[in-house]
Amino acid sequence: MKIERLIKMANDIGNFFNSETDKEIAAEGIRNHLLKSWDPRMRKAIIAYCQEDGSELSSLVKTAVNKLAA
Amino acid sequence: MSMNKEQDFGTPISTNENLVTLEIDGFKVTAPAGTSVMRAAASIGIEIPKLCATDSIEPFGSCRLCLVQIEGGRGMPASCTTPVAEGLKVVTQNKKLADVRRGIMELYISDHPLDCLTCSANGDCELQDMAGAVGLREVRYNPIETHLNAEKDHSNPYFSFDPSKCIVCSRCVRACEETQGTFALTINGRGFDSKVSPSQNQPFMDSECVSCGACVQACPTATLMEKSVIDNGQPEHAIVTTCAYCGVGCSFRAEMKGEQVIRMVPAKDGKANHGHSCVKGRFAFGYATHKDRITKPMIRASIKDAWQEVSWEVAINHAASELKRIQTKYGKDSIGGITSSRCTNEEVFIMQKLIRAGFGNNNVDTCARVCHSPTGYGLKQTFGESSGTQDFDSVMKADVILVIGANPTDGHPVFGSQMKKRLRQGAKLIVIDPREIDLIKSPHVKASHHLKLRPSTNVALINALAYVVVTENLIDEAFVNERCDVASFAKWKTFIAQEHHSPEASESITGVPADVLRAAARLYATAGNGAIYYGLGVTEHSQGSTTVIGIANLAMATGNLGRDGVGVNPLRGQNNVQGSCDMGSFPHEFPGYRHVSDTETHQLFENAWQAELSAEPGLRIPNMFEAALDSSFMGLYCEGEDIAQSDPDIKHVHAALRAMECVIVQDIFLNETAKFAHVFLPGSSFLEKNGTFTNAERRISPVRKVMSPLAGYQDWEVTQMLANAMGYPMNYSHPSEIMDEIARLTPSFTGVSYEKIDRLGSVQWPCNDEAEEGTPIMHTEHFLRDNGKGLFMLTEFVATAERTNSKFPLILTTGRILSQYNVGAQTRRTENVAWHSEDRLEIHPHDAEDRGVNTGDWVGIKSRAGETVLRALVSDRMQPGVVYTTFHFPESGANVITTDNSDWATNCPEYKVTAVQITKVSQPSEWQQQYQAFSEKQLDLLEQGTSHD
Repeated sequence: MKIERLIKMANDIGNFFNSETDKEIAAEGIRNHLLKSWDPRMRKAIIAYCQEDGSELSSLVKTAVNKLAA
Repeated sequence: MSMNKEQDFGTPISTNENLVTLEIDGFKVTAPAGTSVMRAAASIGIEIPKLCATDSIEPFGSCRLCLVQIEGGRGMPASCTTPVAEGLKVVTQNKKLADVRRGIMELYISDHPLDCLTCSANGDCELQDMAGAVGLREVRYNPIETHLNAEKDHSNPYFSFDPSKCIVCSRCVRACEETQGTFALTINGRGFDSKVSPSQNQPFMDSECVSCGACVQACPTATLMEKSVIDNGQPEHAIVTTCAYCGVGCSFRAEMKGEQVIRMVPAKDGKANHGHSCVKGRFAFGYATHKDRITKPMIRASIKDAWQEVSWEVAINHAASELKRIQTKYGKDSIGGITSSRCTNEEVFIMQKLIRAGFGNNNVDTCARVCHSPTGYGLKQTFGESSGTQDFDSVMKADVILVIGANPTDGHPVFGSQMKKRLRQGAKLIVIDPREIDLIKSPHVKASHHLKLRPSTNVALINALAYVVVTENLIDEAFVNERCDVASFAKWKTFIAQEHHSPEASESITGVPADVLRAAARLYATAGNGAIYYGLGVTEHSQGSTTVIGIANLAMATGNLGRDGVGVNPLRGQNNVQGSCDMGSFPHEFPGYRHVSDTETHQLFENAWQAELSAEPGLRIPNMFEAALDSSFMGLYCEGEDIAQSDPDIKHVHAALRAMECVIVQDIFLNETAKFAHVFLPGSSFLEKNGTFTNAERRISPVRKVMSPLAGYQDWEVTQMLANAMGYPMNYSHPSEIMDEIARLTPSFTGVSYEKIDRLGSVQWPCNDEAEEGTPIMHTEHFLRDNGKGLFMLTEFVATAERTNSKFPLILTTGRILSQYNVGAQTRRTENVAWHSEDRLEIHPHDAEDRGVNTGDWVGIKSRAGETVLRALVSDRMQPGVVYTTFHFPESGANVITTDNSDWATNCPEYKVTAVQITKVSQPSEWQQQYQAFSEKQLDLLEQGTSHD
């Protein structure tokens, strides 16, 4: 999986949930979306990226991916 | 089997609830007020002679053959135009009436060629029947002049026009007006010179005629006749089945001679089409027996090798052993499958069952990924179910129709005609589309507002409409309070009332003048019944799901849900988009849209299928390509879908297909994907199998086998053989058993069975204990979410990453045309190429002039993803800055230039927005030249390995 592609996909998801004023709810929405619709190998790759670098992910998405990893 | 001819009642049915009783020829008959005397008589088996009347169009009263006498009345009124009335006493047969009728027939026949024995309508001619009915025995007139030498028009590839046989009954003219709504025909001239004229005395092919065939069906003589009947004679039996083209799902009588289809005639009692059709459904069935059909299984080790024809047993065993080998080498999740909206429900169901239970993973996806997956997501989130809310007939109760990103007269022509009928009755029309689609201005139809937005700005526009609704107090408070989640509504109301959503603020984004947008919003919210219809212009965007959610918000806020005449209606592209999604062909959902991780559902399917199932979502189609390129997805079983032509950024797709170790294609032709395949399993056309399709209104309709499968097996049988070879047993003996299993495992289908479909003709899901005969309109009492309430969601506009700049200053958007279908594999192999033989680039005159481009010039279209070459069509249907093309021909390479941008929620590709530059060129693009060479090589490899018996 090209990580650049996964980063873009994750940030796009983040952009939708960013409308939510309560950022806890927004991050949970992103986490849930990744959990429910991404194949495990994609989730594993984005978690690995987030933990090793994560600089291209929005802060909201980073929060969500960290919740996903937990 | 027999022809089982449909009865013609002469005039349309009346839906008036008041009943009146009268007497016809001494028999009492009760009929709804507004019924004609002719129809009332027909309902009790009394056939009044007629020629200009037929029950698909309004009565005309011109032929005078249907005259009757009414006690106490004067003269002899036409029974077709005389409504029933309480206590009427009608006489349909006496000597006086017989004399008049015979005289009329004598006049008709005096100017008619007496070639009945060699006439193509022999055995199916109403004029011939009426001559018999009135007892015509002689023609006393010796005309000075006749029309017998009138010139024939053979210009249309599917039907002939022989004016020498025309009786000028105007049935064709009225069918074109009332049924189709095109108004291409007229009666030209007066008196003896009166004649049917396409447009202004032009050949049919040069006129506005859209070749729907309604005129041919309405013609009582051989004047307008299918060429297939002229060539082959009259059919001898008929079988009712369902069209395999668009999501309207028209019901057809396949009229047969043995195993040969003579003609397809739309069924009058078809609940989706009411006896109407389009050029594809009625005429474009010849692909099923085209010489390109591949009817023997084939295998090869590499795509550089020649194909080798093998037995079914060898092909299936080879496919299974390759899939198992790949799983051993790369892991259980390294293989998967793609189903198609061209497959039946039953085929899709067992395909996803094979993948989930036989392959042991959830790597199954369907072509709805690239069209309406955002519909599934958006409507599931807001309404609780991934489907449209209405039946098609609901449009006849709409007061205002809002069409967004859809082109019904081309994409869903039969429903487009129904919509136009309602618009001619006075409903208002709002169109949101970057292009000047035909619906905006056609005979007797004119849109109140055309919101000509810039591509990619749907969300900003929908938000601005909602802003007007919220800030001008146009909310249906009662509906919202009773039917919706009020907390989510309160949050949404605050969100949408922010100034940046106002029409004035969004004008610079959408390009739609604020005053026009405000007027449209007020019309939709206040006109009474507001109905939204949308298409791929909504879904195929980076914010496709957001737009669907925004549409749902708008409908809920204005109370336009839960009754006739309103609703949110996705117009599905292909015949079984709805069904293929219903049947669990998404990688995260079991049949009935239940997540694979849902414990109860998971257990249900594990128990039923006696297999350990994965609770993790599988790969979507674009994810499969990515995974192929990193060697974690190496085997694909693809049925009925042509990803190598239809999916975006095609060079990437081709690279992924080349990377896989085993690609199995099941199709009726060696399609573009099959050129990258290692196993080819010959499929069966819709005419060769049993099953069901589910159309855009959730209507499950029967697909019936009218001829034997050319390759020996129906598609579901092939999948079953592969499952068994993979070691997962399947033992269905008929698709009805598959439907029984679907019903057992899917709550919205528990009441569905072949017996019920046969009895009712079709049935709309949900069909269960709560709705035994189905559900035409959804959410009438409550939404299908857990708490029963509609959910408002926030929909901020996020500009697409695909931006124009000085290098790529134009936006390319893609679409379809009436005569061609999807990737064109079917329609390109019919006479429909007479209307559209190549994809063209439509460009606004200003943009064309800037680049020195004229219609017919070859132009290069370059995007960030690639470059292709098409011929230009300069057209003011486009707005400056926007160009358009169709994608029906593989050599066009339309998807060489589309990018890998996709919807945030579903990865539905952003086909509708690609930044491009256009330049005049003199030769095909490098990709086109390479692909032509590759394609020719593949055809050569096919030729080398196949027999020609």
